[in-house]
Amino acid sequence: MKEYLLGNAAIARGILEAGAGVVTGYPGTPASEIVESVAPFAKKRNLHVEWSVNEKVALEVASGASWAGTRAAATMKHVGLNVAADPFMTLAYTGVSGGLVVIVSDDPFCHSSQNEQDTRRYAQFANIPCLDPADPQEAKDMCVYAFELSEALDLPVLLRPTTRVSHARADVELGGLKERRSNPEFVKDPAKWVMLPAHARPRHTELLKKQERIKAALADVPWNPFVLRGELGVITSGISGLYTEEAIKQLDADISVLRIGTFPPPEELCSEFLQHICTVLVIEELEPVLEEYVERLARLHNPDLSILGKMSGHIPREGEFDSLLVRNAIAQMLDLPQEEVPVLKEADEILPSRPPALCPGCSHRATYYAMRKAFSKDAIFPSDIGCYTLAVRMGTIDTCLCMGASITVASGIRFGGEERDICCSIGDSTFLHAGLPGLLNAAYNKARITVAILDNSTTAMTGHQPHPGTGFTVTGEETSMASINAIARALGADFVEMVDSYDVNGAIETFTRAKKFPGLSVVIAKQSCMITARRAGVRRRPFVVNTENCTGCKKCVQFGCPAIEFEGDSARINALCSGCGVCAQICENKAIEVVE
Amino acid sequence: MRTSECDIVVVGVGGQGVILISNVIGKAALKSGLPVRGAETHGMAQRGGSVLNHLRLGCEYGPLVPAGGADILLALEPAEALRYAHYLSREGVALVNTHQVLPATVTTGKARYPPLDEILAPLRKICKEVKAFDATELAATAGNLQTMNVVMLGALSRYVPLQEETLIEALSESIKTKFIEVNRRAFELGKKEIDAK
Repeated sequence: MKEYLLGNAAIARGILEAGAGVVTGYPGTPASEIVESVAPFAKKRNLHVEWSVNEKVALEVASGASWAGTRAAATMKHVGLNVAADPFMTLAYTGVSGGLVVIVSDDPFCHSSQNEQDTRRYAQFANIPCLDPADPQEAKDMCVYAFELSEALDLPVLLRPTTRVSHARADVELGGLKERRSNPEFVKDPAKWVMLPAHARPRHTELLKKQERIKAALADVPWNPFVLRGELGVITSGISGLYTEEAIKQLDADISVLRIGTFPPPEELCSEFLQHICTVLVIEELEPVLEEYVERLARLHNPDLSILGKMSGHIPREGEFDSLLVRNAIAQMLDLPQEEVPVLKEADEILPSRPPALCPGCSHRATYYAMRKAFSKDAIFPSDIGCYTLAVRMGTIDTCLCMGASITVASGIRFGGEERDICCSIGDSTFLHAGLPGLLNAAYNKARITVAILDNSTTAMTGHQPHPGTGFTVTGEETSMASINAIARALGADFVEMVDSYDVNGAIETFTRAKKFPGLSVVIAKQSCMITARRAGVRRRPFVVNTENCTGCKKCVQFGCPAIEFEGDSARINALCSGCGVCAQICENKAIEVVE
Repeated sequence: MRTSECDIVVVGVGGQGVILISNVIGKAALKSGLPVRGAETHGMAQRGGSVLNHLRLGCEYGPLVPAGGADILLALEPAEALRYAHYLSREGVALVNTHQVLPATVTTGKARYPPLDEILAPLRKICKEVKAFDATELAATAGNLQTMNVVMLGALSRYVPLQEETLIEALSESIKTKFIEVNRRAFELGKKEIDAK
């Protein structure tokens, strides 16, 4: 039975077909839909599914479940593995009980990320296997296999889709669902679970011995197919395999192809392939992981082999590929003319850009307006990751490094000697993810900064997921609701005040007092995300410009709301208005009124 | 050598329903027994950003249509049609909704939105055929502005290797029952628009 499935939905299906009992994760593009696709099955399939507070928590929770004998999966985007790296590295020593699969979605070209790091390097770093699917079908099938492999090897296993697999759609053949294991049990075994130095050393020896077993296990899987043709060959990783197959068909080229879907790559298979050819082009996105293996194997099995790839400049080391880029690389190897990538220069010359922007009525736009008025543009505004980062054009986003870095970088800028006012901003979900240690540090080590917590009661950018401050779990159940106000006080901030983002004067006044406070000050700007409010049925009356009073000063236009235009000599509010009323407060001529 | 029966890029502004109709086409292809691949842009729906979806019918390779490879450019907004026109092949067809959506860069006075003829002229030069019409107005005629994407789907039905009934079936499975009637009307209007030209 086939279904047209999103790659992440196919992975979710794989998790259910493997009979997993626990699925965790933190929202992050392009991985978010995996947990979201499993969640509706939680009750029916007796699964525990959760949005964890952050990726380290997600992986540790999944590990606990695995150690209790239950198959578990932790899902995250590539930079999320950085957060989870601490448990990840030592899990390779402890091993598992129920299969443990770490599903990490890479983002070549950084469509929605701060970097485009290559998760296969983490597999090398930890010495565990990594599966690299080329499409949604492989992603699902590999996911099921990953749990079996994990148990057979007593190791966590990495599954690494990329954006064009996670967010691709394809017709996928479904398998049968499996019940989760009955009678789970945590079996005490300190030598395995307690990584004191005396236990860790032999576990490391064990891990290194396992590398041969990993190679043996991966030797026969169906995801490393090769076809021997001519003396010129291509070795590819993951989705590049599909681009390669398509390019070869279009060029009608007599090229041998080895597609690699598992890391470490099967040595015997590779060696056989390398001995058959005289020139090889290694095609993979991001890091030369496969290329380095090929170089090493070639030295042993075919030292005269000519190796083309990133090192030779045939293949880029950054960004994502498509079939045209790959076709041109292969054409170059064959000494055929390359195709020029079509570009329409008129498009760039005459079209206005259309970047994603804060929604009409977004509480962040209102909060940043007040913040900037209170602090003036000369202050320094370290910031963080979320919808609010889109406010960079408002001049209130001076830094963005990684989750939670707003508060810590702000502290560091102050300790580094910067004397100007510093007001950092962080969202509610980001704060609960990684901001707590930063705020504690700022209080404890006496950073004289202002921290603005932008609380719109959701994790918006990634798709409006709930978090511990919202009072609801991923399955919609009510649960405890963390109080950011109480947390800020408990961590040691002496100035903690809340404002309604839509109350412009109130917000400016509070930010002004926070600025003057001789210590750590926290301002919690609270107002529901406009989209969650609308979905909950909140309807506000729209506003309209009274053209008689409008002087054409454009203060409202500069506010930047997509609902505010300028026509002729006065401002105009269009149908996108959500009725937040902030522009009416900004207008100094009483020219914006609510529609009665 | 063709590696796909029909390559389509669907473009528009976040919130116009690009993903919905891409999925309808994909499901229809599956129902017709064709292998199908698609790639989507996520996260732009509420944020009014530019959206580009790829769709490859009768294809078993990667989901991305390379630049210069699209048989059809289905554009729900005119500026976006030109922005992604380089995906069209020389023999390709562009179906364009002429109703513009102003980006924030324009409404805040930082950029200019070019007039329609300035947008369509370069488009007409690089492909075989351009069909441009106001699908938003047709959606209003159908009874609901939100059905503009389905008007465009109706127009597309004249160019893809899929049965009209299969597309309608896939569409009905993708929307709430109470909206099926108005969407069928929208589909018909889009279809008729192509037949009339």
